Amino acid sequence: MSSLLEVKNLKTYFKTDRGLVKAVDGVSFYIDEHEIVGLVGESGCGKSVTMLSTIQLIPTPPGIIADGKVLFEGVDLLQYQTKGEEMSIIRGGKIAMIFQEPMTSLNPVLTIGRQITEMLELHLHMNPHPAREKAAELLNLVGIPDAKSHLDDYPHQFSGGMRQRVMIAIAISCDPKIIIADEPTTALDVTTQAQLLELMQELVNRLNTSLVIVTHNLGVVARYAERIYVMYAGRIVESGLSDDIFLNPLHPYTIGLLKCVPQLGETKNDRELVPISGLPPNLISMPQTCAFLPRCSYHVEKCQSKVWPELRAVGNQHFVSCYIDTRENQ
Amino acid sequence: MNSQKNNVLLKIKNLKMYFPINKGLLRRKVGDVKAVDDVSFNIRENETLGLVGESGCGKTTTGRCILRLYTPTSGNIIFNGKDIASMPERQIRPLRRHMGAIFQDPYGSLNPRQTARTIVSMPLKIHGLLKKQELRSRVTELFNLVGLDSSMMDRVPHEFSGGQRQRLGIARALASNPSLIVCDEPISALDVSIQAQIINLLEELQKNLGLTYLFIAHDLSVVQHISDRVAVMYLGRIVEIASSKELYQNPMHPYTKALLSAVPVPNPVIEKDRVRIILKGEVPSPAHPPIGCHFHPRCEIATQACRQDKPLLHNVGNDHEVACFRV
Repeated sequence: MSSLLEVKNLKTYFKTDRGLVKAVDGVSFYIDEHEIVGLVGESGCGKSVTMLSTIQLIPTPPGIIADGKVLFEGVDLLQYQTKGEEMSIIRGGKIAMIFQEPMTSLNPVLTIGRQITEMLELHLHMNPHPAREKAAELLNLVGIPDAKSHLDDYPHQFSGGMRQRVMIAIAISCDPKIIIADEPTTALDVTTQAQLLELMQELVNRLNTSLVIVTHNLGVVARYAERIYVMYAGRIVESGLSDDIFLNPLHPYTIGLLKCVPQLGETKNDRELVPISGLPPNLISMPQTCAFLPRCSYHVEKCQSKVWPELRAVGNQHFVSCYIDTRENQ
Repeated sequence: MNSQKNNVLLKIKNLKMYFPINKGLLRRKVGDVKAVDDVSFNIRENETLGLVGESGCGKTTTGRCILRLYTPTSGNIIFNGKDIASMPERQIRPLRRHMGAIFQDPYGSLNPRQTARTIVSMPLKIHGLLKKQELRSRVTELFNLVGLDSSMMDRVPHEFSGGQRQRLGIARALASNPSLIVCDEPISALDVSIQAQIINLLEELQKNLGLTYLFIAHDLSVVQHISDRVAVMYLGRIVEIASSKELYQNPMHPYTKALLSAVPVPNPVIEKDRVRIILKGEVPSPAHPPIGCHFHPRCEIATQACRQDKPLLHNVGNDHEVACFRV
């Protein structure tokens, strides 16, 4: 059975004055129906660009999708024109997106109601009146009390958490197959974050959609994601089931990430944090070798001379791109 | 923990900071934003007190009052035995060298036109602590202390990475040999892999220089890691204060419980068994806080008393204080 979305060897580059930035350099992943997948990595690792590339939201120029396939329900989306009709049907309709900044991703001069009905009229060809009814229903669904009276409010009248609820309402308005949530709760407080993540999980279950959570916070995905991809410098360095990634991480970067975050309830006397030394690499003029090499504490001679390794299977659904078996070295 | 025996370095008593709301053509005062509303706590020497809470709860304002960047509406701030809450600026200045500040935004808090050397030596010049010839060696010493290469001294901030810039901010805070450092969200703007570097640096500096920290942050797992004691703030008031371990193992205030349950843990096995307490609604505006306990509209166990009277912090043993009628 083929997956709902399958991305193969995606490469997205940006042409800048200083040189070619290989933001995404050969990323492959898949998303099945009704599953929650996490895409984790630090800022600048290419996680957002990867997801934006799948629905062609990369500004061109300077960006170019240099290579790869994005198979959605078996059809390659990259064959479509960015502004073509086919892409417009999929973008927002079949694949919806929730962005990080609820301040900037809602239009400040349109009412909340209008921003939802716009979607319904465009994608589902609803008439204005029933669209308005449906919009109120959607707002109710995402937990905005007394939804009808809020339809004519403007985004600035809402708090950050409420705005993100509106974004979720817009995302689910057309019964999409996949929802991509790009750092959906990063700008919000923890209690609001918990509210929204629980809401999203509940909605995804109820509406039978798939959800991709893009985040830099490992904790956020531990509770919700079934599978996780870890990205570093434009590539996926490890992927696997949530339990494998968190309890049996194999790539030195994943290991490092887990060791350097404090866990709730631990004090400095319980465990010392082990930082990852050095800095993330500059994506211009990257070496052929593993990009994590300068920061890696496990590296052997082989790493210096060989090119960045491909992902290799180390278990059921568990893949890692590293020459070293970190289990032996631990 | 030896901090129990140490002297109190900073004592905050009934601190209030109200910001006026002015409206209309005549900018008449129509109300107050009660950013900090009757807060009291102590920090002992060589201790780290963590101050957590969600945005808008008044934690940054508390920090700024302590540094006397704001003049508090009322209350006492007793630092090193002197009440600085209403001291005139002239008298504060010489005391300021004993306090340092590290800010959240490593981009905004450093002057982009100054070199790293100028930035770090500024406190020394302002307080007239060293002669010109001695400045250079002191700045080199500070650079080494925070793990920066002293050959980078003549660069300007944009040539440093985020983590390095935060190190520069720390070097500046340490320049005048302060005893207290107010760290206001010092790591939240940094990448995950860099955060641990800065946390470890702060812990190491505390050990070596005998510093006292007020560590303000919204990330409870980070605060618990670095702090000896943690104070939880909600809407201008401290609702609970206890040692780091105690607060995690035995949270008593319903807000602390909800906050703890909302913090994600990077371990799916632990996460499966955790129960999330999802709070209803949102934090009310500090311009119109609820009467009685500020948390009562969102509290599951609120009673009539909670709606009428303000609960005070009371000691429940084990140096654990909580402001709730139901505990």
